[in-house]
Parts: sequence; C-alpha cells; structure tokens
Amino acid sequence: MDSLLHGVEGFMYPNEIELQWSVLIVLYPFITGLVAGAFILASLERVFRVEAVKPTYRLALLSALAFLIVAPLPLQLHLGRPERSLEMYLTPHTSSAMAMFGFVYLWYLMAVLVLEIWLDYRKDIVLLARSTTGPLRWVYKAMSLGSDNISPRALEVDDKVGYFLTVIGIPSAFLLHGYVGFIFGSIKANPWWSTPLMPIVFLFSAIVSGIALVMLMYMVTSWFTGREISMPCVDTIARYLFYAFVIDFSLEMLDLLHRVYESDESFKTLDFMVHTRLYTSQVIIQIVIGTLVPLGLLALTQLVRLSESARKGTYALAGVLTLMGIFAMRWNVVIGGQLFSKSYLGYTTYKMGFATREGLLPAILLMLLPFVILWVLVRLLPPWHDEPHPPAEGAAQAA
Amino acid sequence: MTDRRQFLESSTKLLLLTGAAALGWDHLQAGEPEKAPNYHTADHWWAMAIDIEQCIGCGNCVRACKTENDVPKEPYYFRTWVERYHVEGGDIERPQVDSPNGGYDGFPEKYHAGDGSKNFFVPKLCNHCAHSPCVQVCPVGATFEAADGVVLVDKSYCLGCRYCVQACPYGCRYIDPRTNTVDKCSLCYHRITKGLTTACCETCPTGARTLADLKNPKDPIHEFLRKNKIQVLKPQMATGAKVYYAGLDGSVR
Repeated sequence: MDSLLHGVEGFMYPNEIELQWSVLIVLYPFITGLVAGAFILASLERVFRVEAVKPTYRLALLSALAFLIVAPLPLQLHLGRPERSLEMYLTPHTSSAMAMFGFVYLWYLMAVLVLEIWLDYRKDIVLLARSTTGPLRWVYKAMSLGSDNISPRALEVDDKVGYFLTVIGIPSAFLLHGYVGFIFGSIKANPWWSTPLMPIVFLFSAIVSGIALVMLMYMVTSWFTGREISMPCVDTIARYLFYAFVIDFSLEMLDLLHRVYESDESFKTLDFMVHTRLYTSQVIIQIVIGTLVPLGLLALTQLVRLSESARKGTYALAGVLTLMGIFAMRWNVVIGGQLFSKSYLGYTTYKMGFATREGLLPAILLMLLPFVILWVLVRLLPPWHDEPHPPAEGAAQAA
Repeated sequence: MTDRRQFLESSTKLLLLTGAAALGWDHLQAGEPEKAPNYHTADHWWAMAIDIEQCIGCGNCVRACKTENDVPKEPYYFRTWVERYHVEGGDIERPQVDSPNGGYDGFPEKYHAGDGSKNFFVPKLCNHCAHSPCVQVCPVGATFEAADGVVLVDKSYCLGCRYCVQACPYGCRYIDPRTNTVDKCSLCYHRITKGLTTACCETCPTGARTLADLKNPKDPIHEFLRKNKIQVLKPQMATGAKVYYAGLDGSVR
C-alpha cells in the first residue's frame, strides 16, 4: 500500500484518494481573477470618468496583460497530455464549460486587452519609434504595425475606438471570470462547488484581488521610481476596494448561511472539513486574516481621519492581506473541493510536491513570471505620462 | 403437403443458416470474433444488473477486471471495486464502509452475524449513464456515449485535464499513470461486441452481476427489473445510470 492511503480518514471511493487538481489549478482562478479585477479598475477611469484613478490606468492594463499571458500556463502544465491541448480549439466539445476557455481567453486577450493597450499607446509607440535608436527602434516600428499617423484627428479616432473597446471589455472581463466560476459551480457531483453563486462570488473576489494588486503595484512602482504617490488616487482605489470587498464578503456569507441553514446531505461532511482540514486556510487565513482584518483596516481609513503616511501603510497592509485572503479562497475552493469523498464518508489529504511538475516550485515560478513580463512591458511601454522615456529601473526592482 | 420444391428450399435455407452460425461460432472459438457476423451498435442498449443479496465480497470481479483490462495494480485505480457496508440499527445516514484495496483481496472478517447490525457488499462500476456528467464536461469529446449505451474513452484523444473525474458523482474514473489519460470501465467493450459477457460477470461465482441488453426482448434483465425492488446509485443526480441494483439499501451512496 502506498503512503497516499495514510492521509485517508474514513471512507473514500478508491479512485478518489489521489487528488486530481493541484496547486496549479489554484493559480488559474487566482491569476485570471487578478486580470479581470485589474481591467475593471482600469475601465473605471475610461468609462465612468473617475479622474482620480487615472495614474493607475495604464499600469492596470499592463498588469492585466502580464497576468493574462501567464493564465493558461498552469493549465497547460497540469494537462496529462499537454501536446494535445490545441484540440480544445480545433475540436471543442460544445457542452463543455472547459472547452470554451480557449475562446473566452483569446477574445479577451486579443480582441479586448491587446487592442485597447495598443490604441492607448499608439501615439507613444510612434514617438518612441522616432526617437529610439538601435534594435529597439525596430521593435517599436513593428509594434506600431505601420500605423504612424498621430494627427489629432487620428488620435481622436483611437480614443473613440478605445472607449468602445472598454465598454465591450467590462462585460468581457465579467465573462472571463464569471466563466471560471462556472467551471466549478456547474459540477453537480461536488456539493462544495455546486452553487449558482459561484460565478458571482468568483467575479467579486476577482474584482477585489485585481484592485488590491493594482493599488499595491502603483504604490510600489511609485516608491521605487521616486514618484510621489497621488493620495486622491490611492484613497479612491482603497474606497473601491472596500466597497467591492463588502459585496464579496456578503456574497460569501450568504453562501455560508444558506449552506448552514439548509443543512443538506453534504453539510455535516463539509462542516467537519472546515473545522479540521480546512480550518487554517479557510477560517484563519481566508476569513480572519484575509477578509475581516483588511475590511477592518479599510473601514478604519473611511471612518477615522488618518495621516497620509498612516493611510499609505494601512492601504499597503490591507492590500497584501487581501491578496492572501483571495489566494486562500481559491485554494479552499479548488483543494477543499477534493478533500472530502463524494460518498460523504471520509477525507483525504493533499500532498504537494516541491520540484515536481505540479509542485510548489513551478507554482512559485509561475506566480513570479507575470512580474517579469510586467517589468518588460513597463520598460517597453512606460505607463507614466509625466516622462515619455523613464528608465523604469525601479519597476524592475519592484517586480 | 410439402412438395419437392418447398422441401429443397427450406432444406437449403436451414443448411445455409446453420452454416453461417457454425461459421460465426468457429471464429469465436478461434479467437477471431471480429470475423463473426457483424455487431450493430443500434441493436443494443447495454446495462448491468446487480443483486446485492448475491454478492459475497470474494473480489473475483475486481481481480478479473484488473487482469482483463490491464488496470494498474495500485490500490487507487479501479474500473470496478466492491464496498462493504456495516449499518447499525437504523442509522442509514452513518454507515461504516470499507473497501480494502477495492476488495481485490477479498474482505478480512470484521463483523459477526448476530450483533444486531446489517452487513452487505456493494459492487461498483461505471454506471454508463444515459446523461453522463463526465461526457458533458469533456472539453474535446474524448469521452462519449456510444449508440449502444456504453460510455467510452478515446485514449488517443484525451487531454488528461481530469474534468471528467471531478464531474463523475460515483468516483468511477482515474488517471492511468502510464498514459496520463483517463480510464474507466468500458463494460469490457472488446468482449461484449463479440457476443461475450464482461470479465466481472464471467467470473462472479454467485451471479450477483449480470450484463444486460435492454434492447433484447429475451434478455432476463426485463424479468429482473420487474420482479425486484430496483434502485440506481444517487438517483438525485439524474444521470440516467444504467447499473440497476436489486435490494440496494438506503445507506449506500
């Protein structure tokens, strides 16, 4: 008998003892959530004309792109036969939620995000292509796609198309992450996942994590590049973070209340799991440290007049804890949903490897990769409006 | 009166038909059943009948299945397995269940008759659902319902994404570590399409498991379904499960 059996308590169907979805599948909703949230924050400025968050607009778009490029990698690495993944595009099974991933992803990446960034940066790209020398000049020339008309009329058209794209982009971002929630929420065999609230809970937690990420990235990059942090900007973002978090937390509590009150056949099993195997990650990290504490901190900044530096510190701490909490939420959904038996009679254990294909090391590298991509993007396409060509060394270190 | 012409006609037919049957039988005997008269998927609707009272937990079916279908020997890969239920009093919500090595080695004695409890064995396998959740979620259609009602996997097409494993309410699927693709009971498709029964039914000493063809009006399944109190596993899942249990206790999940 294998050591896997030692982690089993009670009765599992024999084929259930081995967990199917690893930490890499935890990363997938976490990363796509950051993308959707960052994009929605960027859209606030563009569509709803929230001027205060303007300093983060481009940074949010570039962050969304950096994370979106990485989003399919954990899935690809997880597949038993990664060489066949293209079949999802070529012969998709239309009744499968998963088969739609490729199309939702491509739509969002190419039709929305890349195009919007390109339109917003087109003037900068053309100017950079003119002012830069060496091989980089050719990179910018290629990026301009031969479109070097930056007359006021052309820029006006860019702006109009960009606005239109953002309007399409908001429902697309909702679609992207709501869809990820649906992948889990539509599995009737699994009571921990199967709830129509899942897509909407995923969506709001995505918005929360994306806002927290952009807020942190903005503060960190400003600090490293010696730029002054715009307090109206971070105050506004923190306020949005607070509102989104309140909605997200309410939805999760509604789900919890519903489960406790209904107490269906799976309740005792799931309740026991939350009190034992998931206690640290669910109760301590997700709910207390990752939700109640940051909510309290954010509420404090709304209720009490704090000094600038105190607010900055509070926001930074709240942002980090929020990201921890949302990561724990993804973990609890994906891993938690596989720790109990569908017979409701037992539990198994998740044993994460380290330097294995689906271990901790690839997970850490995959989480660092978006920051490397973002560093490259920030160097190529500086998100700061004040200087057309800043060295962006600080951003490199921040990453 | 039969005239000479009619006699010759019927005799010729009889000879030809017997010859065809004999030919088919010869091929089956010779291990070349694919040359036997053709198998038409539309003529069958496969299912399985399981009589709980008859199962003695010997594990023959588990061993036969692993051998016949080259299932990995580790204790967490099974196309079929047997569970032992122990229910005390009327506590059907909290049965004690075990399935050491899926019942492969039989069951060491654990409970004794006359202690006031209820003990029985439940053989499990893929339910070959008519509305399979696993088929619904497969992103490339590598797992599918054949026209004869058997849920099959195309190993040469499976991505190994494991979504189907998550979607199966019965825990019938596993990832074959040798191919990194999914595997499950195929109802011994290579056998049943050649007129043979499954390896598990073939080796069951008590007839607790019987392969059934619901489209065959002469199949004993019809009498089995009529005479017994029948239940499928997790009927609330509405999967159209086609493994029919006679005498299934309410504690079984």
